[in-house]
Amino acid sequence: MLRVCAAVAGAVVLLIVGFLVVESLPALRDVGLGRFFGDPSWHPAAGVRGGRFNLVPMIVGTLLTTAGALAVAAPLGVASALFCRFYAPKFAAGAYRRIVELLAGIPSVVYGFWGLVVLVPLIARLQPPGTSLLAGIAVLSLMILPTTALVADAAIAAVPTEYLRAAAALGLSRRGTIFGVVLPAARAGILTGVLLATARALGETMAVLMVCGNVPQIPHSLFDPVRTLTANIALEMGYAMHTHRAALFVSGLVLMVLVAGLVAAAALLSRRAADA
Amino acid sequence: MRDGTGDVTTSCQLVTIDLPPGRARWQLAATAARLFVSCDAAIAALIWAAALSVLAAFVWIVGDVVVHGLPHVSWEFLTAAPRNAGRAGGIGPILVSTLLILAVCLAASVPIGLGTAVLLAEFTSSHGWFGRTVRRSLDLLAGVPSIVFGLFGNALFCVTLGLGFSILSGGLTLACMVLPILIRATEAGLRAVPDDYRRAAAALGMSRRATLFHVLLPAAGPGLFVGLVLGVGRALAETAALIFTSGDVDRMPESLMDSGRALSLHIYNLSMTVPGGNDHAYASALVLMALVLAINLIAWSLADRWLRRNIVTV
Repeated sequence: MLRVCAAVAGAVVLLIVGFLVVESLPALRDVGLGRFFGDPSWHPAAGVRGGRFNLVPMIVGTLLTTAGALAVAAPLGVASALFCRFYAPKFAAGAYRRIVELLAGIPSVVYGFWGLVVLVPLIARLQPPGTSLLAGIAVLSLMILPTTALVADAAIAAVPTEYLRAAAALGLSRRGTIFGVVLPAARAGILTGVLLATARALGETMAVLMVCGNVPQIPHSLFDPVRTLTANIALEMGYAMHTHRAALFVSGLVLMVLVAGLVAAAALLSRRAADA
Repeated sequence: MRDGTGDVTTSCQLVTIDLPPGRARWQLAATAARLFVSCDAAIAALIWAAALSVLAAFVWIVGDVVVHGLPHVSWEFLTAAPRNAGRAGGIGPILVSTLLILAVCLAASVPIGLGTAVLLAEFTSSHGWFGRTVRRSLDLLAGVPSIVFGLFGNALFCVTLGLGFSILSGGLTLACMVLPILIRATEAGLRAVPDDYRRAAAALGMSRRATLFHVLLPAAGPGLFVGLVLGVGRALAETAALIFTSGDVDRMPESLMDSGRALSLHIYNLSMTVPGGNDHAYASALVLMALVLAINLIAWSLADRWLRRNIVTV
């Protein structure tokens, strides 16, 4: 009985991958993998012959927004974890941690809405149209910041107290302790958090859908609109038929492969951290 | 104009002459960076600045939603049906749909999640192949993007099983999504039960089943409850997985086979497709945020009290 439950729970992931593969097979067979990277544009509604199936702009959009968000959120997350553990007065540390946890609980559609109504007009004042790669990066980095901050916080908390005492006994300054002892010891944990945050950023849909502008093009500047893989699915799934639908499942498959790689890397890292 | 450019070039040249060329310049920059890092106060200032900017972002987002949303929230808004594509009226049917989707999600995921967690925590060694495989696939499941859940739910529940765009499809899709959260929290709760309980039960000659139902589950109840609350929080916040499973109809649902619009999807629709819908989008966002934050707060206070360990929703 229990085994059945566990088998069902374990099988969900297999089902997901299975459905993604089966549903995207028609596109992979008729269109071929090459055209998803070589076609001149993305016009998938016209069928196998007339359609254009270039996924590269979407993949680039996903990678750029994710990389940008990481570049902002990872240092900020580590800094706020350090703040909690070493710099904040005691009462502030607890409150601050609670606030970061609350930030993690805000629904992504609310982030997207806030970005759309507040950030996009601000960016549009700098340079129209406002819905842009920059807006996506800003909203996304706010969304993944709690993940990096909370995991980094846990990793820093897991550094043995003896290390800190030894550092104090050696007369290391606070900075010396942090850069010489704490960060090297917590490196694997922090990296795991960053990987998990990357997975979250790759898979985020609503927020980027609402603020990125959704033009399938390779952006030339931060102010150009982009479309991510996730937004591509959300936008077109409603009316997609036949090959077009299958092509969207191919985007889903690409996404799934990216995320699975990251999860595997995170598992490997945390195992190595546990061994060390 | 010409003079201006000339000035700029000269000053640039002056600067380059001041600096040693090539690699030496990089070394100088590196030394400067190292000097900066070696200054305790500078690091402290940087970290304070980072923490304050995170705080500022939080206040900005929450404050913005509260300030613009609060004037439109009233009892009438919570109970009335939306009119004029949501620009007027309220969110009554949408709240009902949301609750129904949640109910379906929990009804499907709790039994499976509970069974799996009991098996993983009590009846398999953590190194056996079965337990390890299940746990690994759950880790992966926790990382699956929500839009991929949407694709999957659409293909399996709506098309293959013929449920169409319905509350049932949406709830079942969300059930797959919250499984890892439920299982993790329940397992943590079970592992927090002291081994003494198990030994005492064995010494009393209780069967494994009796031990499970009369000792372990009551003791792990809080863990299960925390998982439940966290799962509800995640399901409430979800949007992308619902667009193509539970659909977008804002009428009052009459059965589980009807399409129903979730609250988060309502916000998306109002802000993206309905011009002039921002006021009510703000109000709906406030309601959603209040619900999710309240649920998370409950979960944390329970987790702190009962499990004495923090379960983090990441």
